Order: sequence, then C-alpha cells, then structure tokens
Amino acid sequence: MSKRIGSFAVNGKKRDTIIEPHMLLVDVIRDSLGLTGTKRACASGNCGACTVLADGQPVCSCLTLAVCSQDKALETVEGLRAADGTLHPLQQAFIEHCAAQCGYCTAGMLMTSKALLDANPRPSREDVKRALSGNICRCTGYVKIIDAVLDAAQKINAAREVAA
Amino acid sequence: MTMGKPLPHDSAPLHVTGQARYLDDLPLPAGTLHAAFGLSTCAHGTITAIDLSAVKAAPGVLKVYAAADFTEMPDCSPSTHDEPLLATGTVHYIGQPVFLVIADTHLNARKAARLGRITYADLPALLTVDDALKANSRFEQGPIIWTKGDATRAIATAPQIIEGTMEVGGQEHFYLEGQIAAALPQEDGVHIYSSTQHPTEIQHKVAHALHLPMSAVRVETRRMGGGFGGKESQGNALAIACAVAARDLNKPCKMRYDRDDDMMITGKRHDLRITYRAGIDANGRILGLDFTHLIRCGWAQDLSLAVADRAMLHADNCYHLPDIRIESHRLKTNTQSATAYRGFGGPQGIVGIERVIDHIAFALKKDPNAIRKLNYYRAAEPTGPGTGHRIGSTYSPKNHIPQTTPYFMEVEDFIGQDITDALEKSSNYAARRAEIAAWNSTNPILKRGIAFTPVKFGISFTLTWLNQAGALVHVYQDGSIHLNHGGTEMGQGLNQKVAQVAAQVFGVDTAQVKITATDTAKVPNTSATAASSGADMNGMAAQNACEIIRQRMADFLANKLGLPAAKIQFQNGEVRAGAETFPFAQVAAWAYQARIYLSSTGFYATPKITWDRVKGQGRPFLYFAYGAAITEVVIDTLTGENRILRTDILHDAGTSLNPALDIGQVEGAYVQGAGWLTTEELVWNAKGALSTHAPSTYKIPACSDRPPIFNVALWDKPNREDTVGKSKAVGEPPFNLGISAFLALSDAIAATGDGSRYPSLDAPATPERILMAVQAQRDV
Ligand code: FES
Ligand code: FES
Repeated sequence: MSKRIGSFAVNGKKRDTIIEPHMLLVDVIRDSLGLTGTKRACASGNCGACTVLADGQPVCSCLTLAVCSQDKALETVEGLRAADGTLHPLQQAFIEHCAAQCGYCTAGMLMTSKALLDANPRPSREDVKRALSGNICRCTGYVKIIDAVLDAAQKINAAREVAA
Repeated sequence: MTMGKPLPHDSAPLHVTGQARYLDDLPLPAGTLHAAFGLSTCAHGTITAIDLSAVKAAPGVLKVYAAADFTEMPDCSPSTHDEPLLATGTVHYIGQPVFLVIADTHLNARKAARLGRITYADLPALLTVDDALKANSRFEQGPIIWTKGDATRAIATAPQIIEGTMEVGGQEHFYLEGQIAAALPQEDGVHIYSSTQHPTEIQHKVAHALHLPMSAVRVETRRMGGGFGGKESQGNALAIACAVAARDLNKPCKMRYDRDDDMMITGKRHDLRITYRAGIDANGRILGLDFTHLIRCGWAQDLSLAVADRAMLHADNCYHLPDIRIESHRLKTNTQSATAYRGFGGPQGIVGIERVIDHIAFALKKDPNAIRKLNYYRAAEPTGPGTGHRIGSTYSPKNHIPQTTPYFMEVEDFIGQDITDALEKSSNYAARRAEIAAWNSTNPILKRGIAFTPVKFGISFTLTWLNQAGALVHVYQDGSIHLNHGGTEMGQGLNQKVAQVAAQVFGVDTAQVKITATDTAKVPNTSATAASSGADMNGMAAQNACEIIRQRMADFLANKLGLPAAKIQFQNGEVRAGAETFPFAQVAAWAYQARIYLSSTGFYATPKITWDRVKGQGRPFLYFAYGAAITEVVIDTLTGENRILRTDILHDAGTSLNPALDIGQVEGAYVQGAGWLTTEELVWNAKGALSTHAPSTYKIPACSDRPPIFNVALWDKPNREDTVGKSKAVGEPPFNLGISAFLALSDAIAATGDGSRYPSLDAPATPERILMAVQAQRDV
C-alpha cells in the first residue's frame, strides 16, 4: 500500500500528514492530526459520535476514506469556537441546558446541529429530531439536547436581527 | 449556598469544545503497543488444537499469548476465581478471549487476531434457562429461597388466584465510549489508566496478575464516556492484558475493544423468566404471593449473586406483602457473563410485581392504581415533637406495628402514596384514562394505552463492607482547593456534586474547588461507583475532610483574634470573625504561615445497615428512594409499530444537591429503562452466537423515541436519614420508571380484545411481540 502526503483543510487551516489509501477520516483526524474531540464510538456509521462537516455536510468520519476528503473543507468540534475563543451559540446552549452528561456523543451532536442550523436557521422541534436521528446519546434521553439546539437557533436569529 | 444549585456539569465547557480528555485521547509515549483478543467461535468446547503461526507472522505483531504461555493464568473475576484472562483448555461462550495479540498498531493487532486457527471438540452448550435448569447448571448449590409468613397457605385459601409467566430480556450497556485501558511500566510497578467504575478493583486484579503488592499498582480514571454498570468489572480483562504485556515488553500498552468485540465479549443485563402466583381477595388485595426468578447468569459468576439478590430485594416494590415466598435460580449458561447494569437486578424484581398488579387489575376490571393503593405500604409516620401524636392515637408509639419488607426491614419512609396522588393530579390521570377508553372505542386501527409505575428503590450496597468512602482535600496557601475522592465520573455529574459539598463547607464558589482524576494513590480501598451511592458516600467523605480543615482554620483564626471559634464563619468566599471579615485566601495564607496543616483525608461509613444474605434478613438499605411515572402510548394494530406520546414523572431526590443534574439523570434513566423493555432486543442464534452485536441490529432509543411531551419534576422533600445535604441517590431508581412504557403498551394491546384474555406481554415489547399479542387478543 502506498503511503503519500495527504493535504487536509481542517477548521480553516491546511494540514499535511502521511496517509494510506485505506485510512479512515476519523483515524486521520484523531490519531494523525491530534484532534481528539471527534469520537469513535461504533465505527460502523450507526451512532454519529464521529460526525464532522465536509463542505458543510455532516458525514460519519468512521465511514469516510481520508483520501477522498482532501478536497473538502472539513470542520470538527475544535473549530466551532470563534478565533477569539468565544463559544458558538450551540456550545453555550449545550452547557446551559446540561445537554451533555458523559459528553461522548456531544461533538457529533454539535456538528450535526451546526449543519442543520446553517441550512435551516429556524428549525421546528420536528426538524431537530429528524436531523439528529442518526446520533445516539445513551445518557441524556435527548430532551436537553433538543432544547439546547432550539435555544441556540433562537439566539443566533436574535443576534442576526440586532445586527441587521 | 452552593449545595442545591442547578449548576451544569463541571466538564461541560470541555465537553462542548472537544477538550474533555477520555482515555483514548490521552497522548501516550511513542512506541506504545496495542493489544487485541482472539475470540472463541464455539459456545462450549474443548480446544483440541491451536495454531497461531499466522497470527505471529502478521505485520506488526510483537507477541502472542495463549494459555500455554502462562504458568499461572491471570484471573479477571470480581468475585470468585472463575474468569481466566484467556481460555484454558475449554471455552465457555462465543466471544471468550482465547489468545492475546500485541502489535505496533491497533489495526495490526485487530487484523492479526482474526488469523488464529483453533479447533474445538464441541461439548453440549447450555444457552437458555431451560437448558441450564435441566442440566442443574447453576451458581450456588440450589435456588435461594426467602420466605416471610406462609405464602402457600395464604394463596391456597385466597378467594382468587392470579398467575402467569413473563420473559424479560437483557440489555446491552452501549456506553458510547467502549472498554479501554492502558498500562505504563514504571521502575517498580505499573501505572494503569482505565475507563472503569472501580479503580480499586482494577488495582487489585492487576496486582494479583503481576504478583505485585497493590502499592506497586496505581490506577487512574479521569472520566468515562458512560458506564451504566458495564464498567464495574468488565474492564478487568483489558487492564490485566495491558499490564502483562507492558511488563513483558517493557513498553506502554493500550487496549480498546472495537464495538463488535465489546458487545461479543462483555456481559450485559441479566435476562430472566419470572413466574408468579398471587392469591387475592375480591378487592384486589394481595393475600399471598409466590415468585420464581430464573436468571440467566452466563458462564462466570461475576456479580450475579448480588444482582439476583437485589432482584429479590425489589420483588415487593411499593407493596406490603405479609405472606410471600421468592425463589431465585442463578443459572449458569454458555453465554456472556451477565453483569451489573443500572439498577443491578432491582428493575428485574420491580417489573415482576408491577406485572402482577397489572394482571390483577385486568382480572378484576379495575384501574391498576386502585389495586396499587390498596396494597401500598403504610405512609411514613410523622415523627418528632410537634407532630401531635399522643399515646392512643393512630401514630401512637403504642399502636405502632411495623410494616416490613419480605426481608424483614421496616419501611419507615414510605412516600409512594403522596407521590402517586400528586402525579395523578398533575398529569390528569383519571380524566385521560377515561378519554383514552372512549377514543379507543371509536378507533379500530390505532389503540392508545396508559400506565402508571411507582418505584421504591433501596439505597446501599448489599455487600455491607462496600458502604465506605474516602476523600482527600488540600487547601493551598493561595486559598485554592484541591478535591479528590474515591468515586468515578461517568457522566452523572458526581464530581460537581461533591465539589458543591466542599464549596459549601468552605463558603466559597464551586469553581474554586479543583476536581481531579480518581486515583488509587490518593484515596485507597474505594468501592465501585455503583449502587447509586457515589454522591451519598463520597459527598459525606469529602464533607468530613473539609470540615476537619475548616475547624483547624477556625481554631487558628479564633486564637489569633482572641475570639471563640464559634464566632468564625465561612461564607461568600470570606471568613467572618466577629465584626471583621477576611478573604478566604488571606486566612489560608496566615494559617499556612502559622504552620497549620491544611490537608486532610475524610471518611464515611454508611450507618445502620446489617444484612444476612443467606437468610435474607436485615436492613440492607439506609433508606429508599421513591418516584412514579405515567406513560401514554399508541400502537398500530396492523404493524405493531408504537410510539410514546407523553410521559409525566415525579421523582424523589430528597433535597436535591443539584436539580439540573438530577433531572438529567431522571430523563436519561427513563429513556434507558423504556428502551430495555421495548426496542432493545438481544438475540442469540441456535449456536449461541450473539446476533445483535452492533447498533445496526440492536435498537437503542433514538431522538425520535423520546416522548414528545415529557414532564419531569423532583419531589423536593428532605431525606429523613442523615445523608449529605438530606439528598437521595438518583442514578438507578428512575431507571425503573421505564416500566410504565411497557405496561402502557400492554394496556393498548388489551384494548384490542374483549377483556377476557390478559395480554401477558413479554419484554422487550418489540413491534413483532406487540403484533403477536394483538393477534392473540383477536383470536379469542
Ligand atoms: S463512530 Fe462513526 S457513526 Fe459511530
Ligand atoms: S452524553 Fe453520554 S452519550 Fe450523550
């Protein structure tokens, strides 16, 4: 198997690392690039813990080959904060609503929710439920997660209106 | 006051930024090795040949171990010496580790582990409780039987008998973070990182395996990505495997089960068959009751005896049963060794008696809650001065005839009746029941159902000596506080609760208390963070340590200022001494300079408890935690599909230490409990292989399974026992509330029939089971 240099655009930064054709995106992100916020929980595309955004779309990084992700803009949970450290409204809402217990599903939940809010700034409860249908949380029973996403959406919209 | 504040989880800012470090995220030294197990593909058999040449030749492999490579096989069992790290001659289930591969990468280890050539001579495999019963394959000589009164006679002379059988499935923990451990060789021992609820057990087992004193093994656990009981004993094998390899190769070694391996290797919740026979009077009062539990324990003993005991201990739930007999068979089968899972047998006991109540109500055509109230324990008696109970009154000490559980513990704190009344009212139960009945009579395809479940859950470990905890607290000269205790964090917010206790004692902000990883080198001889006892016990131990330091600081300051120590108060980040106030940090600095020792350990041993498990008598619990839930569901009678429509919960957390965290526990526990009895089905094939070993085939509740209307409230009244801040344990009790979802499905099924045949639904109530039960109603 041929090793080669892979080039990735992660959270707005260009990162080079050695990859092999069989390598999964989750392993490259975690093990090669050291971005361990993205979790590996089922490694079979069934739990959503490994969700990252590729060109704004949520993908299971455990099912995605790293080689195929080189021309995409990748976003992980580490990139959610603003450059000055200000938390994204989703992060703030997850804290305030106690939407994370053990926290292992949280990165995936946040990234899936970000993709939703980017595409649909005013989601209904039903929309949130549908968007998160591929993300498993074993701890919270989902109530606080949905509340947090709806609250974040509202805050983002309110901030936009003030700015406009 | 910091106790009682609804603060978010202490790690929340780390969780949401991806900075919270779990074991798999820790940077380990370069050259760290990776381990994987090769697994048995035979449910029961003798190993006749084992060829590992391909494994050894695989890329990156450094060492391969099988039974022959050990002069003494390390043992992984938390109870008795029956779990060899690797199979020795005989395999006992499909998924049992047979050999161990150590390689340069995780992937290489995993790939090599698939290359073993093992041949087996099949032995008869006992897969079901019937198989095991027939072969008399069990733990302990025979069934454990507890009796109170004379159930046989009471049933024989009762006007009516209600009887039945119920299968109750097991449950996969599916902690999102799988099992994982790492071992780093030290110059005179080993340092273990483990995702475990029980660091002391890991320390003990690793020390035993390496023939080291426990003092040479240090185990650290910062946090787990979920535990639910699945990390009480199931992490032992990984830690031992890593420790052995680290010693032999003198390199760090890490092991992580991939999800499939995790589900194939590790134990799950015990499934069981419950048989019941109740003698009742015309009103539905239970006169005599006989339960039999056939519990499938799997191949090794693990914690099964205590789990099965706890199922017996909860066979009464909220009901006073003067004449009762409980027979419990702990059956040994060729399947994964069933283990601790949130509730630890309690839910299996409670689901049995709730089924009996439901069955009685069906037979008498009454509201099940009428039957419940008739059989409830007597309400807790108001005590103490001012309650106005004179000699001769109902609550007079002279008239006091205690009501006891089937194990002869007096029930002194029963509040089930009050909670029931409050919840019935807030959820509009009676009117909704009537409305649902009317709706069902006009809707032939969809049917709705509603059900109530109360819970009384005993708090304390039944193994009495486990009811102890330690803490270590330092106050530094700048006033910052370092807190360590024996409990482990698995998402429940234990560290935050204990920090709130510490902050309260010193009168400082919770953020000023630094929470640190659980570490056997700081607090020794800890118990598992289990039995919901984490905050109860570690909170008390931390309080003890903090109070010792605070007393020293107060004595010092009083002495310095010439005041009585009672005049010194710690609040709002300050120390008030008579008319003066000083910053806490100032007092800490002065105390340090005056050579006052600002560090202390703290200790707690739960009072009042005594327990004889063989006789089944004593006071195994310090107190009970209560709660109740009402669930409404709808089923599609053509497909068996179903939905939860609404859930209302009122749960007793005593005076909550942190209502935000407690409500989160209640919500999560309910959804997990409902999952256990509805969607989560474990299937073993005819050869004994678990077919549902991935989330693609094992259905964990998802976002859409959560009730769209979900009203959760806490019953905010102090614990009558002297617990930390008068709070009550909250991890396990609300799990049982999920039973209401199951009974609501049964209620909806009953609505499809003419009332002559009880649905007798088995759990989990999957769409298939519901459809079959509907069919059975229509075949009447
Ligand atoms: S780890 Fe990728 S979906 Fe579960
Ligand atoms: S918080 Fe533990 S899995 Fe979601």
